[in-house]
Amino acid sequence: MHFGGMRAVDGMSLELRRGEILGLIGPNGAGKTTMFNLIAGSLRPSAGQILAGGADITREAPERRIGRGIGRTFQIPRPFAEMTVLENVLTGAQHQTGENMLANFLQPGRVSREEHAAVDKAQGLLDFLTLSHLANEPARVLSGGQRKLLELARVLMADPKVILLDEPAAGVNPALLEFIIARILDLNARGTTILLIEHNMDMVARLCGRIIVMAQGKLLREGKPDEVARDPAVIEAYLGVAA
Amino acid sequence: MIELLSYGAFFLTVALTYAIICLGLNVQWGQTGLFNVGVAGFVAMGAYTSALLTTPEDPVRFGGFDLPIAVGWLGAALMAGLLSVLVGLLTIRLRADYLAIATFGVAVVMQLCALNLEPLTGGPFGIGFIPRPFGWMAEDRLTFGLLNLGLVVLTTLGVYLALERLLRSPWGRVLRAIREDEQAALALGKNAFAFRLQAFAVGGAIMGLAGAVQAHFIGFIAPENYVPMLTFQVWAMLIVGGSGNNKGAVLGAVLVWAVWAATAALISAVVPPELQARAAALQIVMIGLAICIMLLVRPRGILGEVRTVSRHVHEASGKK
Repeated sequence: MHFGGMRAVDGMSLELRRGEILGLIGPNGAGKTTMFNLIAGSLRPSAGQILAGGADITREAPERRIGRGIGRTFQIPRPFAEMTVLENVLTGAQHQTGENMLANFLQPGRVSREEHAAVDKAQGLLDFLTLSHLANEPARVLSGGQRKLLELARVLMADPKVILLDEPAAGVNPALLEFIIARILDLNARGTTILLIEHNMDMVARLCGRIIVMAQGKLLREGKPDEVARDPAVIEAYLGVAA
Repeated sequence: MIELLSYGAFFLTVALTYAIICLGLNVQWGQTGLFNVGVAGFVAMGAYTSALLTTPEDPVRFGGFDLPIAVGWLGAALMAGLLSVLVGLLTIRLRADYLAIATFGVAVVMQLCALNLEPLTGGPFGIGFIPRPFGWMAEDRLTFGLLNLGLVVLTTLGVYLALERLLRSPWGRVLRAIREDEQAALALGKNAFAFRLQAFAVGGAIMGLAGAVQAHFIGFIAPENYVPMLTFQVWAMLIVGGSGNNKGAVLGAVLVWAVWAATAALISAVVPPELQARAAALQIVMIGLAICIMLLVRPRGILGEVRTVSRHVHEASGKK
């Protein structure tokens, strides 16, 4: 993937295994978020392939990816600011009959049943992420940390098999950090595969069985957290000097 | 007294035809954030379609087909909706400011077509003898006026209720989500292009319907009715009433039309006859002033956007 003459991600290969939590780390500008945008379909690669469960999705539109079971959150949260927190989460629901314009007139009963089910589910997710007390507030009043949680609730509403988490703990206070780690472990225990971008090495070490280090758009190292953390090449990439 | 009543009926009828256009614009702009500056073009499409379908046969132009008024109105909504889909397919991916330029162009093209496609539209003289609802009652001015008002009220109410239902549905929620943040909506699997196109088509169809209602109420249409001024008036109505609020759209239409009519009355009462044609420009000034005051005092309009929540959510949280 290149932007003009700049190669943001180049010759990079990554395999996400079912049920794992894979950490993607690297210094700022390494191309981690670009990698995410490629997998999520927000960007199209200039070369290469993206496979999901064997299917080639390289050219599939971003709005089709969730149907493949791939959900994502954004590094800088993108709440629907003027909508309530509950409605934000409801928007994540998939296959809603009520999203068909005419069905609202022709099948009102079915739309209503699905909406009730969706509201129950959304309230459950808000409980899971301790946002219930804010359900009817507009999303713009949320703090930075609460926005991170809302991102997560919204994507969980779609029941993704894989979640791409882009710095879910950036700028979050220590207590909330612990809470987010616990929730990610919870989700993973229930079978959700997770690809995590994170700078907090402690968090990465606690969550991830396997880590991939990127630097300057390329794969630098792959391995277990403690191996990678000791690797001189990784340290050099982060600090810019041989340690 | 009867004079006053029938004027009241006339005033409200015209105001409500604008309210219907304004409701259409509210779907596009208020709910979905589509910057349509070509409102007049879609209204014209509806007006001319219905006129062609319902007028008696005319040897010098195409049609008319002498069909019932209801068929004309339906055809108007359909054709304006179709025009919206075509325009939308080409332009809806454009960013807001470019969409504005494109839709403005469409409206100008529509107006020029109306002016020059004489075999179809009657050219600069327009189309006359458009059948009026309850035309056989025209002798009794008051009853006729009230019946027409009743019909327009019913039409407005029907459009209003249908839109409220839609905007409080999951469909409406997706539109708002796309307006708020398209990237996030895409990531949640919402096909922004398809939803935008639908909103644009629904809004356009409603504008077309309004154009037809207006044409049949006045009984006569001409290209000069569909100039950018019309678009400007409807935008003023939506801004004053409150963008994103269907009640606001209706209220704004009635208020702005009142300012428009009152200024006209004042000009004809105060300004000497030889200057009246020029003084008519003051009407536009007054509307501009109304917009300025509104934007300063209440930038979100008189009613402002209601935090529309899906009606099912209300029921569900009420249960608990």
